[in-house]
Amino acid sequence: MNVLLKILRTMGAATVNGVWRLGFAARFFLAVLRYSGQSFLRLPLTIRELFFSGVLSLLIILVSGLFVGLVLGLQGYDILQRFGSSDALGIMVALSLLRELGPVIAAILFASRAGSAITAEIGLMKTTEQLEAMDMMAVNPLARVVAPRFWGGVISMPLLAAMFSAMGIFGGWLIGVVVIGVDDGAFWSQMRAAVRFEHDVLNGIIKSFVFGVTVSWIAVFEGYDCHPTAEGVSRAITRTVVYSALAILALDFVLTSFMFRGI
Amino acid sequence: MNRTTLDLWVGFFVALGIAALIFLATKVGSYSDISGSHTTYSVKAYFKNIGGLKPRAPVKSAGVVVGRVGRIRLNKQDYTAYVRLDIDSDYAFPTDTSAAILTSGLLGEQYVGLVPGADDETLKKDDIIKITQDAVVLENLIGQFMFNKAAETPTPAPAPAH
Repeated sequence: MNVLLKILRTMGAATVNGVWRLGFAARFFLAVLRYSGQSFLRLPLTIRELFFSGVLSLLIILVSGLFVGLVLGLQGYDILQRFGSSDALGIMVALSLLRELGPVIAAILFASRAGSAITAEIGLMKTTEQLEAMDMMAVNPLARVVAPRFWGGVISMPLLAAMFSAMGIFGGWLIGVVVIGVDDGAFWSQMRAAVRFEHDVLNGIIKSFVFGVTVSWIAVFEGYDCHPTAEGVSRAITRTVVYSALAILALDFVLTSFMFRGI
Repeated sequence: MNRTTLDLWVGFFVALGIAALIFLATKVGSYSDISGSHTTYSVKAYFKNIGGLKPRAPVKSAGVVVGRVGRIRLNKQDYTAYVRLDIDSDYAFPTDTSAAILTSGLLGEQYVGLVPGADDETLKKDDIIKITQDAVVLENLIGQFMFNKAAETPTPAPAPAH
């Protein structure tokens, strides 16, 4: 009987903790939005974060995009030529990148490259009591530290996803047209005929914006909320990457089911 | 890091992102003309039905790409399809060349096939290709086939005469 009660108690505590943390995260999000006016008034703060989360992610995003495009070109050609429609390679590469792979892979890479760095930075600031020190000096750490990092991530995510897609289409073109020899005109003309800007490109941008908000939110929250110890910071970084990846994939399914229902 | 260097890098980053978006919007997303490296001359062709022919589809002769489909419109006088063919200036075709709309592969895209004739004169700019063959519409083909089948069915044998 005692064992049963203990199990129930543990389950209850876990649930209450989870809900409490979720509520705290939501209130934290609203607080960040409320104090983010300063990050636009003092633009250099945000520009600095744009550099660290956007510019420094360029290399990994561009190279990954190129390789994803190359693989799509090879695999797509291998399947399409069985049906004698290898001319449709451009459609396949462009649509799979614009709708799914571009936003999703770019967001996961962004979470592991920039999100983890944001969490580590804020977590270490908390551990070394810099955030408290700021509070003592009447500087709001939410406005000075958290909000610029959040907006830096939100702004750079759609740009990075667009670069990923463009690079991937270039990679698919490189393999399909230059290496294999699919007709250049058919590659582009079929792609242009099938890709609609307001349906495919715009929905991809909306997706990457949503992912940018999600990843940045998780990263700054985990950093702000971590245990102020070395172990606590390392756990917070792990949580950032894991939660971001899960949230991106789950949100992607939800968004896709609203955007592309085939009707 | 130096403030100006930082601004420069971020400006470069944002410009690159916007360039990628413009590339996706214009080159990938909608129609824009990328040809222009070759000089071409355009000839006209009228079809009763063009099926799924699209602008910028290839024009082939003996399987070799010799040009692109330029423009497709409905002719208001007799409701035929007007197709402009932009043919590479390197290739000259006789005036009695015939044009047919063909399909590459079972599910492939449609293209215009040119079969050269035997005339000594060659097609010039804005000439009309007179002999054309329409795209094959699968429904019409099946309908014709069924009609022929029905016509073939032997009528019940008449009673033997005594």
